[in-house]
Amino acid sequence: MEVERIFSDIYGGRLALQRRQYSPFCREFCLGCPRLSLRSLTAATCTVWLVAYGLFTLCQNSMVLSAAIFITLLGLLGYLHFVKIDQETLLIIGSLGIQMTSSYASGKESTTFIEMGKVKDVVINEAIYMQKVIYYLCILLKDPVEPQGVSQVVPVFQSAKPRLDCLIEVYRSCQEILALQKVTSGSP
Amino acid sequence: MGLLSGGAAEAGQGQAIPAGLLGPPRSRRLQPQGSAPRSWIPTMVLKVFFPSCCSSADSGLLIGRWIPEQNSAVILAVVHFPFIPFQVKQYLSEVQKVSQVDIVVLGTWCNNKQEKEENLGKFLDDLGTIFSHEPWLQISKEKGSKFWSCHTLSRQADTPTEDQVILVYYDQRKVMLSRLHPPEISLDNQPGVITAPDASKLAAVFDTVAKSEVLFMTDRYDDGPIKLTHWQSEGVEASIIVELAKQASVPVCMLLTGLLSLVSGLCKSRIFKFWPVSFIWSKLSTCEQVRYRLEHLRFVFSNQKAENQNQLMRKANIFVSLLVDVALGILLLSWLYRKNRIGQLADALIPVADHVARELQDLLQWLMGVPAGLKMNRALDQVLGRFFLYHIHLWISYIHLLSPFIEMILWYVGLSACLGLTVVLSILSDIFALLTFHIYCFYVYGARLYCLKIYGLSSLWRLFRGKKWNVLRQRVDSCSYDLDQLFIGTLLFTILLFLLPTTALYYLVFTLLRLLVVIVQGLIHLLVDLIDSLPLYSIGLRFCRSYRLAAGVKFRVLEQEEGRPLRLLMQINPLSYGSVVQTYRLPTYSCYPKDTWGSLYGRVEAGKAGNDHGNLYNQS
Repeated sequence: MEVERIFSDIYGGRLALQRRQYSPFCREFCLGCPRLSLRSLTAATCTVWLVAYGLFTLCQNSMVLSAAIFITLLGLLGYLHFVKIDQETLLIIGSLGIQMTSSYASGKESTTFIEMGKVKDVVINEAIYMQKVIYYLCILLKDPVEPQGVSQVVPVFQSAKPRLDCLIEVYRSCQEILALQKVTSGSP
Repeated sequence: MGLLSGGAAEAGQGQAIPAGLLGPPRSRRLQPQGSAPRSWIPTMVLKVFFPSCCSSADSGLLIGRWIPEQNSAVILAVVHFPFIPFQVKQYLSEVQKVSQVDIVVLGTWCNNKQEKEENLGKFLDDLGTIFSHEPWLQISKEKGSKFWSCHTLSRQADTPTEDQVILVYYDQRKVMLSRLHPPEISLDNQPGVITAPDASKLAAVFDTVAKSEVLFMTDRYDDGPIKLTHWQSEGVEASIIVELAKQASVPVCMLLTGLLSLVSGLCKSRIFKFWPVSFIWSKLSTCEQVRYRLEHLRFVFSNQKAENQNQLMRKANIFVSLLVDVALGILLLSWLYRKNRIGQLADALIPVADHVARELQDLLQWLMGVPAGLKMNRALDQVLGRFFLYHIHLWISYIHLLSPFIEMILWYVGLSACLGLTVVLSILSDIFALLTFHIYCFYVYGARLYCLKIYGLSSLWRLFRGKKWNVLRQRVDSCSYDLDQLFIGTLLFTILLFLLPTTALYYLVFTLLRLLVVIVQGLIHLLVDLIDSLPLYSIGLRFCRSYRLAAGVKFRVLEQEEGRPLRLLMQINPLSYGSVVQTYRLPTYSCYPKDTWGSLYGRVEAGKAGNDHGNLYNQS
């Protein structure tokens, strides 16, 4: 069962949240980030080329232009492969764990899986980000030493940064599954 | 990321959020499908780890391990018909004894390749009574459908409860060969028993599969009473090269261990204990490097087998590092000895040394004049300048004396490149240190002079103020001096004070030069350390067989169907390259400066930086 809704991120950009339910205790949330804008790409390329051409008129060495081409290409490839995140997914499977996947613009996927035994809770937290106060969803991990303590806070949807309404929807779904998990693990 | 408010956890429950932000109530949509909203009673979730190689196997019994704490069943193999139950039980107990994993019959597997057979269903039910296991699994697959059905039978419960089942497919070969990082420390000497309650569930699965290696040793060509299907049932994998290497390694190791003990015995012999030789030996970084490599060789070719996985990886890393080192060294050798490059190098060396000496002489002439517009004390300036100039003159004479022999020395020293690139780099660093020995001497003289001056100045300054350093109490006390003591003291103080700029300038210039030399040597040592400590085998393993080094797992949800168990595919999430290098880094011998930069600067100010420097990177 798949549902798609449009939300916005903290800058006002458009985010698409796809919610899939595979089973009563298995849900997936897919947040698509805004794509690479042609405007910023053109601006960056023009800047690099202006600088390169300026250097070329100064030193009359054509190596500067070739170097500029290389830098632009490598920079773009590096940006697409290491920086630009296309989509962020949160898959929550009751009694197995929570999995977060980030897929980059070049197709690379980086996945983290946290077992349910380590998850203490999923909460919405506030943070000061530059000049704003934003909300973010995070997973609290249990501390092996201290039973009431929290050993780590893992933020989710870090590059998409959706607003509170989107976070509430994800939060409520996660809490339902976690509650289910607590009930089933409590019963014999 | 900003502030973490402790109360936010409670606030997140919905208190502080304005009602306008909450959309229309969605609770109804999120209820589980196909059941009345309020009356669904959640039951325990059963996880079944099924090897993907058994998906096309014929019907039979499922054997594996049941982990009750996590309510999960790890299926290791399928036993096919026909079999005698007694033989199956015997075989399982034998396997249990060897592998120390309690493998039992978990249930039945029914692969209906033809039309549905009613008799088979009854037969499979009867099997449940022969091999009793709680709960009894029944997995069946229809022809042409990719969705399986999985039922659990619980005989002990009064009312049969239908468990929710998650079917997780895993690649048995990859899971068996892989190694989870960080390795679970809680799994102690009792294999098959999870001690800590919060031990990783997945580590248990990996552990089970890895320890059941003996189960995977029989393939379908063996004439045993039991016919199994697992990842190796089509034929046991082996490599001829690996087997040959294993056979050959024993005599080779013994031979090399003998040779190495001979070499190290030679190194420890008495002639190296005498004072000049041992002093020089301790200062040269080449000796450190050779000793380090000898240690490595001894470790790799020792007669004992590696005890655990860590040691095996270390041995492999050291072996590959040695190979690459020697290969690069031989490459350099072949390049160096072609077209008489050694001769060219030797010819270039003397002019370079001359050039450096001439530059130093120019520098000293500059210092003896009016350096940077500062006015020096002419007499002291001339004395120091002439002293250092004479030194340079001596040095140049020695270099010129050696010049006919340099080519031969270089030729023989270059042969040591076959020991490895790191040895060549260490020799280079040592040659550089030897060539700039006069800079080191100048630095020592300048530093000593400056240090004495500072010491004298501080002591006389205390006298000027009427105080004294109490050595017994390690503090400054007041003291009444006689008039003539005060007079002489003040006189000396003024003399030293006015001579300070000259000495300070010489000290500064030579310290900077020495710093330059130390930086160059440091860079070479950094390169040597890099080659020494990089775990090339682990990086290669991560590149070629990334499933061997696992940081964790990742799940992919496969196609679902209503009423069927949830199907997931478990894949191995490999370790990142940074973590690989960090985990498997080889320890190096060099110790970096122990002090902070601040304290070092303080010592340079006082002129005492040279006290324990020696070679900053050679503290044996």
